[in-house]
Amino acid sequence: MEFQLLIEQLLNGLQFGTMLFLMSAGLTLVFGVMGLINLAHGSFYMIGAFGAALFAEITGSFFIGLISSFIVAMFAGVITEILVIRKLYKKDHLDQVLATFALILIFSEGIRWLFGAYPLYLNIPSQLNDSISLPLEIIYSKYRLLIIAIGVLIAFFLYILTSKTLLGIRIKAGQNDREMISVLGVNIKTLYTIVFALGAALAGLSGALIGAIQSVEVGMGEPVLILAFVVIIIGGIGSIKGAFVGALLVGVTDTLGRFLLPELFKLFFDNADANLIGSSIASMSIYILMAIVLIFRPSGLFGERSA
Amino acid sequence: MIKKTNILILKFFLVKLEEVLRGKIMMKYIISLIAILGLFINPGFANGHKKIKVGMITTLSGGGSGLGIDVRDGFLLAVKGDKHFEVIIKDDQRKPDIAVQIADKMIQSDKVDVLTGIIWSNLAMAVVPAAVKQGKFYLSPNAGPSKLAGKGCHKNYFNVAWQNDNLHEAAGGYGNTAGYKNSFILAPNYPAGKDALTGYKRFFKGKIEKELYTKLGQKDYAAEIAQIRSSKADSIYFFLPGGMGISFMKQLSQSGINIPVIGPAFSFDQGILKAVGDAALGVKNTSQWSKDLDNKANKKFVQDFQKEYGRLPSLYASQGYDTGKLLISALNTADVKNQDKFRNALKNANFESTRGSFKFDTNQHPIQDIYVREVIKEGKILTNKIISTGLKSRSNAYVKDCPLK
Amino acid sequence: MMSEKKLNLIILIFLFLVPLFSILLNNIYITTLFSKIVILSIAGIGLNLILGYGGMVSFGHAAFFGLGGYVTGILAFHFNNYEPIRILFFEFEGTNQLLFIWVFTLILSSILALFIGYFSLRTTGVYFIMITLAFAQMLYYFSISWPTYGGEDGLSLSLRNQIPFLNTMDPITFFYICYVWLIVTIIFVKFILNSPLGISLKASKENVDRVRSVGINPKKVKLISFIISGAITGLAGSLYADLNRFVSPTILSWQMSGEIMILVILGGMFRLYGPILGAFSYIILEQFLGGITENWQFWLGFIILLEVLYAKAGIMSFLIKDKYNEKTSS
Repeated sequence: MEFQLLIEQLLNGLQFGTMLFLMSAGLTLVFGVMGLINLAHGSFYMIGAFGAALFAEITGSFFIGLISSFIVAMFAGVITEILVIRKLYKKDHLDQVLATFALILIFSEGIRWLFGAYPLYLNIPSQLNDSISLPLEIIYSKYRLLIIAIGVLIAFFLYILTSKTLLGIRIKAGQNDREMISVLGVNIKTLYTIVFALGAALAGLSGALIGAIQSVEVGMGEPVLILAFVVIIIGGIGSIKGAFVGALLVGVTDTLGRFLLPELFKLFFDNADANLIGSSIASMSIYILMAIVLIFRPSGLFGERSA
Repeated sequence: MIKKTNILILKFFLVKLEEVLRGKIMMKYIISLIAILGLFINPGFANGHKKIKVGMITTLSGGGSGLGIDVRDGFLLAVKGDKHFEVIIKDDQRKPDIAVQIADKMIQSDKVDVLTGIIWSNLAMAVVPAAVKQGKFYLSPNAGPSKLAGKGCHKNYFNVAWQNDNLHEAAGGYGNTAGYKNSFILAPNYPAGKDALTGYKRFFKGKIEKELYTKLGQKDYAAEIAQIRSSKADSIYFFLPGGMGISFMKQLSQSGINIPVIGPAFSFDQGILKAVGDAALGVKNTSQWSKDLDNKANKKFVQDFQKEYGRLPSLYASQGYDTGKLLISALNTADVKNQDKFRNALKNANFESTRGSFKFDTNQHPIQDIYVREVIKEGKILTNKIISTGLKSRSNAYVKDCPLK
Repeated sequence: MMSEKKLNLIILIFLFLVPLFSILLNNIYITTLFSKIVILSIAGIGLNLILGYGGMVSFGHAAFFGLGGYVTGILAFHFNNYEPIRILFFEFEGTNQLLFIWVFTLILSSILALFIGYFSLRTTGVYFIMITLAFAQMLYYFSISWPTYGGEDGLSLSLRNQIPFLNTMDPITFFYICYVWLIVTIIFVKFILNSPLGISLKASKENVDRVRSVGINPKKVKLISFIISGAITGLAGSLYADLNRFVSPTILSWQMSGEIMILVILGGMFRLYGPILGAFSYIILEQFLGGITENWQFWLGFIILLEVLYAKAGIMSFLIKDKYNEKTSS
């Protein structure tokens, strides 16, 4: 039984990791291409979840909800980029932090204004609402497997997009030399809007996917935002590959830490103390991981330059 | 358009401020600035006979604001139309330091007689001891930390809701009645979480399969649920307030685990049930109040609340309402300026509670019945129905430590 | 437009007169509110030393602010309960004497800053922002789950800590204690900025190689400044604990780091008095908006956003004109 439990926990870590990847992909692209620190990225996660809850309620279909989360968040991303974000590219990081912090306040209170103070209902359809048996007697939630699949699929898609398509080449060029690319006649403004909206849409999608098994409420984005920052720092800013590896590392460390550390401390302390100490250290584990990575690799695992 | 006017307004203020700071007409402006400050910090003195000034500190913005809004609405419904009341309401943002500062303001500047409204135990611990020491009454409409029930009790502190352990104790008691032998219990890793599990264990006679502490604010319970699956537990007890509970219930129902669940009312109350959805159906939860409690005060409350606000009342709303009614009853027999008399009037608790029988023990926490409810569907709406009484006339475990008589 | 010097003087005089206004208006709460403004200003000035002048964006200053708060709370807790503090084989008595508490706070937050700074300064830019955040988050989670001192519930001090011959519970006395610390901080930071340390700090922000070429180790300069900055912020945290007579993990959270940072940016970086104006406008705005609408955070966000987009270098640049305005608006 212990072996199955361990595998199940590993799968949980993977699922958490792929979700984090969806969040971090946009963040790392926006930072890598436009040099923008976007604290409001978590707000798109929330907007996506609320959009999904709203449309799932109206249409009665979870999948329409999922699709609308993507579209709603993308739409919000486009508007935000044109109205506010565009003016921030040339400002320094601090102004960006302040402005996007202000956006968090606006989005959070705005959503609460529209939807009220209690969490909304969003649940997965009944055909996904159970578990399937995998080889080796492992039982696992269908829906979580679906999240892993979607995450891997999008990772693959982003990899193709950034390395094989024209848009990707432009994005890369923009990352390396901003002046150059505008000289080449690429409409840099539109490119930036597209990248930002894509990031927002992915965040929105992950908000909806996760909102369905957690809760859809105001302020749901900020804890995930901090985690996403941890991910892109570990992976190295601007690198999709880094974000993927970082996300999986963080996901697995957090999940296994919560499960294994209390057990580990049972070797040294009595039961209650071990639980307390173990879970305390577990809640710090990803930050410890990040500090260690940065101490040995100051630009993250796959970071090329120190930004 | 909006943006332009806002910029204009901002510019106007800044130009004015600049003039002021240049010293041109400095004194004049500083005086008017201070006057404005005074205006919003100090809204008048209206101290007639038998008036009462109530300061309500509660959570109205950000996560968890639903609870504060319900307490506020319940309280305001209770005192609606009563001309003796002046209520000042402030948002504590769920931050203890902000709550302390608001309490300072209400005591020092607004000169309130009574404070109330705090939802969270950690905020109550920050505000209550200092407030009662400064000679104010504090009526708790929600939090009941053990420290304030035992040695830390105070003659000016009244708890109108419950001692924190109460609902968990009733759940442990229900576990025995239901014949459970082996419980898996979990709560967040913070003081209220530990109190909750202690409360459950105080009354549960079976074995504890595993006691698990999760990270506060954690939303993914896959790792914990996997442990439940691999355990031999025949029942689950959890205390995970707010969004944590919603997440846990949804994920548990998705996992296909079919072990009966018990929880305190917080995760199955009216405001939150809709978000949990059908996953909550059939779950047993413990509460000192329920919408279907059959007494006159409660029927009137449920009806009035729906009429006033267009939604079903929650547990928190009932607590806010009872707090208001208790104050009115005390005010009918004593002036709040006569503290000893007023305190006695409060102690008598001579009001019709929405919970039916209600009285204070010597440590000024309620003695009341705690019920077991089941989540059911009324048409399309999820709500609760009482199925039994978990604990009859339950006081709390800390009375003996409190020196009050 | 006036000169920066004149504006600074006006700020100090205005703050000095606050208790007088509050007596005139018969509203002592104004003094308490301004104590908070002064304390946050001190924290902001501490952060601004490395942020504005040194270009090191620390997103983890809540670690020091919170440490200061907890040192104060824990010492007083042990004093009130007559339990000595035991660390390995050593035993200390707790204390409620502010003079001791301040010294302890300064020492301990310096040590913490040395530790965090030593590791964090291996990175730069955004990585620096995030590693400082990581350290603060570790302390935050630790404080929540550490039961001895209340965990999430926090720690109540029944009375403010004492200074001989003064009644610290009196709001006006406490305000002037904070005010004196503000003056001391300003003088000290000004001294640092004009010392060789400060000059090389400013220079290392502009051009690291030039600093190195005159034989100064820029890392060392940065580390020392980081320690000073942490100590000042720690002291502010200690005052904040006494102001509220309460400490809890919230003052270690990333929101707290963000708030201190926002005060600095809002007021205007590169300016010694910027954080004071920043703290003043932030708190007053919060009070004012909170009084008129439940959705005040929405409007607060809106105003901050306008400020960033249209006011070029913080509120102070609205009021004065000098070289920094042109520099940052380009």
